[in-house]
Amino acid sequence: MSAPVKLSCRHVWKVYGETPARFFEKGRGAVDDAAALAARIRGADHILAAADVSFDVHVGEIFVIMGLSGSGKSTMVRCLSRIVEPTAGEILLDGEDLLAMGRAGLIEYRRRKMGMVFQNFGLMPHLTVLDNVAFPLEVQGIPREERRAKARAMIDLVGLEGREASFPHQLSGGQQQRVGIARSLAVEPELWFLDEPFSALDPLIRRQMQDEFLRLQRELHKSIVFITHDFMEALKIADRMAIMRDGAVVQIGRPVDLILRPADAYVREFTNDVPWEMVLTAGDVADAARAPVPGMGHIAADTTLALLLPYLAEHEAGVVVRGADGHDIGTITASDVVRALASGVPEPAEVTA
Amino acid sequence: MNAIPRGPLVWLALAALTLVLWLTGGPLATYPDAWIASPAAAMNAGMDAFTDAAGAGFRAVGSVLEWPVDGAQALLGLLPWSVTTAVFVLLGYYGSGWRLAVFVALAMLYMAGIGYWDESMNSLAIVLISVPMAVAIGFALGVLGFYSARARRVIMPVLDVLQTIPAFAYLLPILILFGFGTTVGLVASILYAFPPMVRNTILGLRAVPEEIIEAGTISGATAAQLFWKVRFPAARAQLLLGVNQTTMAALSMVIIASIIGGTNDIGWEVLSAMRKADFGVSLLTGFVLALIAMALDRITHGFATRPRAIEWEGRSPWAVAAAVVGGVAMLSLLIPALRDWPEALVWDPAPAMNAALERVIVEGRAWIDGIKNSAFFYVMLPIKIGLAKAVSPFTWGFALTPALIAGYAALVLGLAALAWRSGRTTLAALIPLWGVVSYIGLTQTPWLALVGIVVHTAYVTGGRRLALGAAAGMAFLLLAGIWPEAVLSLYLCGIAVLICFVLGTALGVWASESRTVSAILRPVMDTLQTMPVFVILIPFLMFFKIGEFTALLAIIAYAIVPAIRYTEHGLRNLPASVLEAAETMGCTRWQLLTRVKLPLALPAIMLGLNQTILYGIGMLVIAALVGTTGLGQQIYIGLGNGDFGVGMTAGIGMAIIAMIADRMTQAVSRKRQERFGMRMAGM
Repeated sequence: MSAPVKLSCRHVWKVYGETPARFFEKGRGAVDDAAALAARIRGADHILAAADVSFDVHVGEIFVIMGLSGSGKSTMVRCLSRIVEPTAGEILLDGEDLLAMGRAGLIEYRRRKMGMVFQNFGLMPHLTVLDNVAFPLEVQGIPREERRAKARAMIDLVGLEGREASFPHQLSGGQQQRVGIARSLAVEPELWFLDEPFSALDPLIRRQMQDEFLRLQRELHKSIVFITHDFMEALKIADRMAIMRDGAVVQIGRPVDLILRPADAYVREFTNDVPWEMVLTAGDVADAARAPVPGMGHIAADTTLALLLPYLAEHEAGVVVRGADGHDIGTITASDVVRALASGVPEPAEVTA
Repeated sequence: MNAIPRGPLVWLALAALTLVLWLTGGPLATYPDAWIASPAAAMNAGMDAFTDAAGAGFRAVGSVLEWPVDGAQALLGLLPWSVTTAVFVLLGYYGSGWRLAVFVALAMLYMAGIGYWDESMNSLAIVLISVPMAVAIGFALGVLGFYSARARRVIMPVLDVLQTIPAFAYLLPILILFGFGTTVGLVASILYAFPPMVRNTILGLRAVPEEIIEAGTISGATAAQLFWKVRFPAARAQLLLGVNQTTMAALSMVIIASIIGGTNDIGWEVLSAMRKADFGVSLLTGFVLALIAMALDRITHGFATRPRAIEWEGRSPWAVAAAVVGGVAMLSLLIPALRDWPEALVWDPAPAMNAALERVIVEGRAWIDGIKNSAFFYVMLPIKIGLAKAVSPFTWGFALTPALIAGYAALVLGLAALAWRSGRTTLAALIPLWGVVSYIGLTQTPWLALVGIVVHTAYVTGGRRLALGAAAGMAFLLLAGIWPEAVLSLYLCGIAVLICFVLGTALGVWASESRTVSAILRPVMDTLQTMPVFVILIPFLMFFKIGEFTALLAIIAYAIVPAIRYTEHGLRNLPASVLEAAETMGCTRWQLLTRVKLPLALPAIMLGLNQTILYGIGMLVIAALVGTTGLGQQIYIGLGNGDFGVGMTAGIGMAIIAMIADRMTQAVSRKRQERFGMRMAGM
């Protein structure tokens, strides 16, 4: 299932202070002892926003960076587009080093390859909805009618048709963020950055927008870096996610990996509140070794345990779990579910596709 | 009782020093002429040398600058009044709507109707030329200051100086460098009007949310696109507010500059009418100034604040405007009355107004004199020359006998003792000082003692650096030989500020508690603030004639506005959660006001005091027109004699007083804010 890597972040550091560069040799971020260097930087009255951050984003993947405020997640996403200049490390986009790029090349890259959605929308107050969405095309010098036509298509895509002539302040928060999303998609970028896009919205609207976002991604297949401070949001939308703390990545993995095998107590703090039956799926707890028994029900691997439970009550013998590819991947009995919910750690059951 | 803290002891020592120096006299009480080392002569010499070297260049620049002004004046003079009116009415309509359009139309009809059309247009022409120049300079410097911290460190102090030196002091060097003519008004108004544009530009560009800039960056905008397509338009409202302030400043300076004369503009008409004591004409023409100011203010303010989303149904506003103006122009070719306002329709109520005023003054003489004399004898004179000299059988009806003096001393000491007993040691120490200074009078207070009082106040409010600055500033006043004038200015301004503060704060509190009062006060304050300063003098001059009392009233009328505004604003914008909490705890309305609102609003009130002081000092120079003595008068003397040194020294002196007062009040306000952990919202 592993798609090619779109964006790769290698040992990226961001240090604020008087002389941030002096901690690194020619901007090389790969050091022997990252923790020691981080301590040294903090000891020298410099602020460490990102410490030795490495991750890959695959083509078509939703990669979520989750962390509390001050953890460095917003700095990281800004490093990816060089709105914030990393102090050391490498950022490879399709294998090309973004940090080695000159001014003009960078602008070209931003124009063609990237789109970004901001927490507080970042809409231009002086432009109408239509012109806001057309703005990235305007700076490219695309003729007015052509860019407006494209912008209109994007506005339709996010369901704002009819509001083209409105100004941002005349829209609700949810509508404004739809404009922000339409704008970020206007240049049809391959990379899509979203910096806490739904944090400023009411809970109900937030859920709607999350569903909307997932629907869009099913159509568009972008490579996505999504920033959030909301663990539940991360679980809902992430293909893979990274948890950041104090500028460093604590753990990277699929949501279920984090829940089942938290790397440390900090990650466990988040997973403790997670209602596991809503997150764990039949595929996660299926026992591949046990053979099916006649009379077992059949259920898809992505069924959550919450939905599985009533089904299991009707099939006392257990159920057979069928993977996305149509092959059975194992069976589940009531005691498997109980054990999983009780301990959270089913024995060797890493589920491979 | 514990040991007496040091602060109160210093105050007591200063009181004793004041008394002793006053009793003994000598060079430490009256600053001897022999110690004066005025820079005026050196300034004149420097200016002469400079004029010799660069004067030709300046005059060349001046004559170039005269072209656009002459051109604009010729154009406005040539255009039929109906066409000019149509243009401004349309501007009013697009800026704010039909109400403003009607107002502008009435104002222009009034100008033509009383027969001062040409003079009005001449003033307007200078404003129309100076505003774009001031805006361009201010915008360029603002952008520079926004991007470069180093440039900002140079620009900001220069703006401070330009805005604290009284406007009149500008005129003198400009006059010397450029020679007589319309250029003086133009250059002065550009210099006076560009600082607000710089400030608003920096403020506006800074206030653009970082996310918007980031959105532009990630869209791939180049640096130029980022500025012109993102930052600049997003800061538009603030920039247009800068244009509004620049326009008003330019207009006020054009009017002030008309004091030089020879420009046949409306400001000159007002001034000469005032000098001839022709109150009817001065009121009529002053009203023209007020109307021009209000119209320009509302139009530019309208453009700054109108919502972006104006839909023009199909037709372009330009086409409509062109059609209307073209139509009016065609009509004016057919109908002569639309070209030049017919003589027969000129309305001159001035003689009738003068007669009416005469009757009022004659009938009400007892009242008018009563008000004037009691204010003068019981308030102004005692502060100026002290109870010691002010109390006489002629003024108060009795002489100051030794028994009365002893009684006064006993009263002061008794009050001090009372304060001491209730634990307010600082107040207890301040009361004797107040008693001594009141007895001696401000102008009679020994200079060394006054310096000590000011420096110590600076130290208490703003720390060592402010104290040093205050000492240096006062050393300049002494050395330059303008100490007596400075004290006179301080006296007049001090009374005005005190009255403004008490009255203004009270009105502000009232306005914050009552919507009705607020609704009544707001248009009055708006009018007072947009009104050109000369005009404020006129009504007081009508009743009370020339003199310090008239000046005092004019200063109060002008400087009371910020005291009211800031108080009301401060009280109305307190955190709602705190007020709710206090109410939930059962505070009465009075308790809420005195225990919660006023203490929390104190930083805002102090900022209001700060503005009141600066306004008061600014008005002081204008007030010198109606016969006050002090630094303001010195500036006029300098201006009248073309004596750069004298005028400039006095101007710097006023700037010094303004800056010391400004830093002291700001320091108090800032301390208070820091203590509460609050930040003031911009006013």
